[in-house]
Order: sequence, then C-alpha cells, then structure tokens
Amino acid sequence: MIEVSELTKCYGSKRAVDHLSFTVRPGQVTGFLGPNGAGKSTTLRMILGLDAPTTGAATVSGVPFHRHPRGLRHVGALLEAGQVHGGRSAAAHLSALARSNGIPRRRVDEVLQEVGLTEVADRRIGGFSLGMKQRLGIATALLGDPPVLMFDEPINGMDPEGVRWVRRLFRRLAAEGRTVFLSSHLMSEMENTADQLVVIGRGRLIAAESVRDFAARGTRSSVMVGTPRAAELAAVLTAAGASVEPEGSAGAEKLAVTGIPADRIGALAFENGIRLNELTTRTASLEVAFMELTADSTEYQAGQPR
Amino acid sequence: MTTLTSALRTTPVTAPPARFRDLIASEWIKMRSLRSTPWTIALTLLFVIGSTVVATQADKAAPSGPDDLFRPHDAYPPAGYWTLILVAGTVGALTVVSEYNSGLIRTTTVAVPARGSVVLAKAAVIAALWTAVGTAASTGSFLVSQAILAGRLAGVPITHPGVFRALVASALLAPVCALVGLGLGVLLRHAAATMVTSVFTLVMLPPMFSEGSRWSADIKHALVSAAWNRLIQTWEPEPGSLGYTATVPGSWIVYTLWPLIAIALAVLVVRRRDV
Repeated sequence: MIEVSELTKCYGSKRAVDHLSFTVRPGQVTGFLGPNGAGKSTTLRMILGLDAPTTGAATVSGVPFHRHPRGLRHVGALLEAGQVHGGRSAAAHLSALARSNGIPRRRVDEVLQEVGLTEVADRRIGGFSLGMKQRLGIATALLGDPPVLMFDEPINGMDPEGVRWVRRLFRRLAAEGRTVFLSSHLMSEMENTADQLVVIGRGRLIAAESVRDFAARGTRSSVMVGTPRAAELAAVLTAAGASVEPEGSAGAEKLAVTGIPADRIGALAFENGIRLNELTTRTASLEVAFMELTADSTEYQAGQPR
Repeated sequence: MTTLTSALRTTPVTAPPARFRDLIASEWIKMRSLRSTPWTIALTLLFVIGSTVVATQADKAAPSGPDDLFRPHDAYPPAGYWTLILVAGTVGALTVVSEYNSGLIRTTTVAVPARGSVVLAKAAVIAALWTAVGTAASTGSFLVSQAILAGRLAGVPITHPGVFRALVASALLAPVCALVGLGLGVLLRHAAATMVTSVFTLVMLPPMFSEGSRWSADIKHALVSAAWNRLIQTWEPEPGSLGYTATVPGSWIVYTLWPLIAIALAVLVVRRRDV
C-alpha cells in the first residue's frame, strides 16, 4: 500500500507537484498517468524518499520509505532504465545491490532468469539495448521480493514480445497480492494492464478511480450515421431525444448522434423510410478520455501558445 | 507460469539485520567489477616506481646532498607522487561522481535509504584499497631506490631516522587523497567540477604559497601535499633557515584532518539533499 497525502514539491516558484493525495492498494495494478512534465517522476521520487517533499507526506506500507535502513525488501523500483554503470556486467550490478541488502547471491540468478537476461548476465551493461536495460531494471525491482513495486515508464523501448511479457508479469505480481504502481504518459499502455488509475496534470490530481469509471468519464459513446437524407433524419432523431451534430461533406453527409443507441436509430430510420449508408458505434476510448481530461493541464503543447 | 511464480517466492521475506559490512562488501563488488580498477592501479604503480628509478639514477650523475641524509629522499620524487595524488584523488571522486552522472545513485539510494552509511562504506573501501596501493608504491619505491644506491654503497637502512616515517607518509598519501576526492565528489556531484577542484586543492594550491611569510606558510602547511613534503624529509630544518618550516606532528594532523573533514561534510550534506 502506498499512501500519498497533500504532497507538494516546489522548485523555486514552480510547483511540480501540488497538494497531491491518493492511495495505491495491494492486489491491483494501478496506473499513474499524466502528460509529460505532469510531475509523475517527482512524485515517485518523493515516495521513494529520494526527494524531500516541500510539504505533505508519502508512506509505503505505513512507513516513510527513507526510514528503512535497507530498502529492497520493502519496495522494488524501476526508475529510469539508464541508471546503471555501463562498465559493469548485469550480474555484478545486481550482486552489488543484493549484497548491500543481505540478499543471497542465488537470488541474482533467479531474477536474471525471470527477466530473460541469463545469457547476457556477464556482458557489460553499456552494450545493452534500451529494452534489455528495462528488463535489468525490472530484475533490480524484483531482487528483494518486495510487497510494493513501482515502475517508471517500464514499457519504453520494449519490443512487442517484451510488452506482452511485462504486462503478464505485472498482472501476476498483482495477483500475488503485491502493490503494483506503473507510471506512463501513454494511456494505451494502461488499457490492458491496469485496474485502477491515478491521473495527474500539472502536479494536481485529475482522477483516481477504476479504469472503467475513467473511460466512462470521457466522451459518451456516439453513433456515426451516414444517409443521403441527413436533414430529415436529423429532425426525426432530435424529436426522439438525441442530440445530433452534422459531420462529413456535402453529398456524403454524416451525423454524429449521441443520446440514443444504434439499434434505436436504425429502427427510427426504417419507420420513416430513410435509407442508411452507415451506422457505426464509436465507443469512447481511454485515450480519448485521457486527452479530454488532461487537455487543460498539458505542460508542453505543440503549436499552441498559451 | 507456475515455475515463474515459484522463482519469485523461493526467497524468504524475513529481512536480516542491516549490517554495515554488507555495504562494504557491496561497494567492494562495485569497485572490483570495473575493468578500469586493476588497470589504473597497475599503471600508477608502474609510473610511481619508475619515477623513483629515474630520480635515483639522476642523483648518481650529480651528487646532490652534503651527505647521505638526502639519499632516502630520492625514493619519493614529486613527479611520481604527484601523479599518485592525482590518480588517487580522481579515482576516489569517480566512485561517487560516476553514480551521480549515470543516475545509479538513485538505484543505490532506493536499495540503501541510509545515505550516510553508503558514503561511509565507499570511504572504507577506498581507504583500504588505496592504503594497499600506496603501501605497494612506497615500499616498492624504497626498495628500488635502495637497490640502486646499494650498488654505489650509498644505501640507507630503514632504521635510519626519518626513513620509516617517509615510507609511511608516502603510503598514506594515496588514501588521504582518495578520501578527499570522494568527499569532494559527494559535495560537487559534477565530474568536471570535482576533477578541477580536487586537482586544484591537492596539487596546484601548495606552490601558490611560500614559506617566506608567516600567514602564507601557515596556509601552505595546512595542505596535504605540503604535509607530505615535510614528512618525507629525513633531515631537520637548519636552525638559521629564513623560511618557516612545518612541524612533523602538525603535518600528521593535516594528513588526518583533510579526509576526516571531507567525509564528515559529505555524510552531512548527502543526508539533506535530494538525490
């Protein structure tokens, strides 16, 4: 369990994290989402005791993490994958970390096996691809067999096979009753992985709820209707209680209908003898919900002076 | 799936007590696992002892001192030992600066949130390693120069006043500088800034001050390489000398205080600062 309450971090006059409060529960995968520069990494660093909060507090399993003399058995963390010394082998890197926490040497071989790096264990990390470094970072996090795991952008640089593997790993770690907290700036990464979401923008909390609730918050599902008699159908649908937005170009008019489902629209068209060329339900994706909710809080937006 | 799950579960979760010697072992693994470590040490030893050979040979060509008293001094030429200062200071600094540069320090700090203990463990490993290297260098220098001098029947035994002190001071020069480098590395974190500062304080600063005036001599005598210079002198200053000379006990104190203060500051600062 990770508990964050009223966490604030200021760098000079800039507030990177602003009165942030949320709880991450065990047995679930919780996604930590926000646009670039939203304060995700700063928040993770404060939870891990690397940065001191300006105000507020964060605890892991009820204790501020920095109070532990040794950390690996309490929290496993993948920060940035590049945070290794390129001159060391993967095995030496993990051995040094394991030894500092009194973790037996055989555990190093176990986690290397687990992440699929056994064959390159004695190669210098400097020659690793980003995906391999991510795997090494995950091995580091697993080293102490901790009840709480935090991963900062774990999927960056992984190939499709790696992404599938890492998703299954996260699901399994959660199923084992661990707290799994993943940060990402891509909603699509969370769609099939996370149960819960914590969404932030410009350091403030935007949402903390289940993935399903979050998706429902975004654009309600709409139906695309293509018909040669757009104006007539629009009148019929409006009369039936739908809200209708004309779309498409002259000659290929379309209507974006919200408020009534596709089968009802089909029935109304049939009753009124209006021919339909297209009838498609557009469900709101998490991506859309995310974009809508964070639109006001994006730190760096291309081409739009604020 | 089952096998993977069991792989995760084989380690018991009960945490053993946090032991400082595990941290030392961990830092030793880090030091040992870098290919550059043995190379750096081997090349440094070669250069330091080589410079002794050159200096002692040169002394044969132009007889220098009024008597034998100057001869043991040949074993510790500045060219070799200033190089030792540079290398030890740099390697000491790099053990921590490289962690800051690569970001490894964050992984280290998550593994060991007791940051001060990490600095102390690094200091212990560096002190031990460089005391060994320093001892090898200074003993090697002494033996090589004696072998050359003995050929000319000018050897000086280790029991001669001041000779053993010179050997010990030269052996300890390396760990003193390595620890100062480590302390500066923690304080400054930035590679170039740390290198420049450690070279400046360890090597460039002492020649800036003369022994001609009291205040200038006081500053000079408080610096590491000047202290080493005094400790390897096997002769006593002439009573009528115009300059101010450092005392031997004072020079030992300088040797002790520099690394102590550097590491103490590092431990203090590292606890308060964001990683």
